[in-house]
Amino acid sequence: MALLPFLSAQDGQPTEIGSADATILASETAPAQVDEEEATLDSGNTAWMLTATALVLFMTLPGLALFYGGLVQSKNVLSVLMHCFAIACLASMVWFAVGYSLSLTSGSEWIGGTEAFFLQHLSADSLNGDHPETVWIMFQMTFAIITPALIVGAFVERIKFSAVLLFSALWLIVVYCPVCYWVWGGGWLAEKGVIDFAGGIVVHATAGASALTLAAMLGRRQGFPKSLKPPHNPGMVMTGAAMLWVGWFGFNAGSAAAADTSAGMAMLVTHLSAATASLVWMLVEWRSTGKPGLVGIVTGMVAGLATITPASGSVGPLGAIIIGASAGIICYYACGFIKEKLGIDDSLDVAAVHGVGGILGTLLVSYLGWKGELGGLGINTESWTDQLIVQAQGCLAAIALSVVATYIIVKVVSALTSGIRVSEEDETKGLDQAAHGENGYSLS
Amino acid sequence: MKLIKSIIKPFKLEDVKEALSEIGIEGMTVIEAKGFGRQKGHTEIYRGSEYTIDFLPKVVIEVAVPDDIADKVIDTIVKAAKTEKIGDGKIFVIPIEQAVRIRTGEQGEVAL
Repeated sequence: MALLPFLSAQDGQPTEIGSADATILASETAPAQVDEEEATLDSGNTAWMLTATALVLFMTLPGLALFYGGLVQSKNVLSVLMHCFAIACLASMVWFAVGYSLSLTSGSEWIGGTEAFFLQHLSADSLNGDHPETVWIMFQMTFAIITPALIVGAFVERIKFSAVLLFSALWLIVVYCPVCYWVWGGGWLAEKGVIDFAGGIVVHATAGASALTLAAMLGRRQGFPKSLKPPHNPGMVMTGAAMLWVGWFGFNAGSAAAADTSAGMAMLVTHLSAATASLVWMLVEWRSTGKPGLVGIVTGMVAGLATITPASGSVGPLGAIIIGASAGIICYYACGFIKEKLGIDDSLDVAAVHGVGGILGTLLVSYLGWKGELGGLGINTESWTDQLIVQAQGCLAAIALSVVATYIIVKVVSALTSGIRVSEEDETKGLDQAAHGENGYSLS
Repeated sequence: MKLIKSIIKPFKLEDVKEALSEIGIEGMTVIEAKGFGRQKGHTEIYRGSEYTIDFLPKVVIEVAVPDDIADKVIDTIVKAAKTEKIGDGKIFVIPIEQAVRIRTGEQGEVAL
């Protein structure tokens, strides 16, 4: 809720964009005060939001790109970097044209308004709470960038580049914008009081469910699961993952939309969850395979970060440790379940790590954040089970839209690109050469 | 003249090079290679999934020598590269028809 400074926590109605009485508000613990005075700019908060925005873009470029790039075969490394980079540019265009307006400006119960299409409403001095609306647009844009980029992990090494572009643009409009509006823009889930501080539902559940659907429709990579090639550069995976960890401070602590105690607590719990999940994943892997691997420990870190994301505004340090430990165990087994039991080649485990993690955190926060009994800013609801039901509704709604819409978008894109998958020959050759005419590693 | 082509474990490269230098061998060519014999490959595990690696990294050392010291060179390589575990590698000895030093045009054993 704190993500939306211009939304009153009590009536759930967003004010007019940039209007004079748009005021700062707060989180669940400090209910909205209707401030009659004119909103003024707070330079401290603005400075932090500018910084946080840069940190979140850094998560995608180059963090996520390197993380994913190292996990594929050397003949596909550039295609993955290219997917992440192109999506970052394309998502920015979509956000400017329609995304911001549909996601975060006042509209109906289901979708935001159209007045801010092409940001035509914006003036240089528009404020969102106590920071410039320009900064708010940028901050939220970086979330709209990383979410479709997360889905890249599902379709690496075998998808047409044209299909990546079309899918990502349509997906943003049809899945991301509505869910973002439901949760953060004042839509029906916000009115129900759903807690999703930084995107367990909006970012990770949508990306995970869509990734699984897309991977199932696209089919498995050549050689899956028996004769696949291992990650070509685990060192690159670790480099990218470490950037994600740093950038996640902007993601979660920036979601406080202020440089305040909530941001500080978000940073602390984010870090603790990442560290716990890394160690727990490492131990589980050590026990079940005999060796603690680098790719494992850093994947645990990503799981810990995704899982704390929805809870980072409510839980305290102890809650963060519990969330991190659950992420390390459950996401580890989810990887095996999806690939081996379901047989779906969600290649880089987007659903198992992000989807399962985001949903897990969204559910766990109802208990671990309740009344702040375990520390943290807490959730003030009558009972934690009521909150759990709202949280589950949020997850289910986001998953349902993600699955149905992804199915339809893939059908449409498939018709437009005469099949979203590259030829067998191109897949064997590698997408770097086949799709982009470049080569990741030249010996001379 | 003989070309002695040894496929060895990469970590034994330094030992073999040192041993060959000690018996007066002044030049060699080293190639990073991949392959398998009776050792077969191995498996690696990432995120709980097993990957089979068929081709293991190996190093190929090529040394061209006069016929009279070929056996000594082979013995030296065997001694230096041996770990007595599977995967130690192989040595192939191939007759050389002609050798030419490009800078001077010299031919035969003087070119080695």
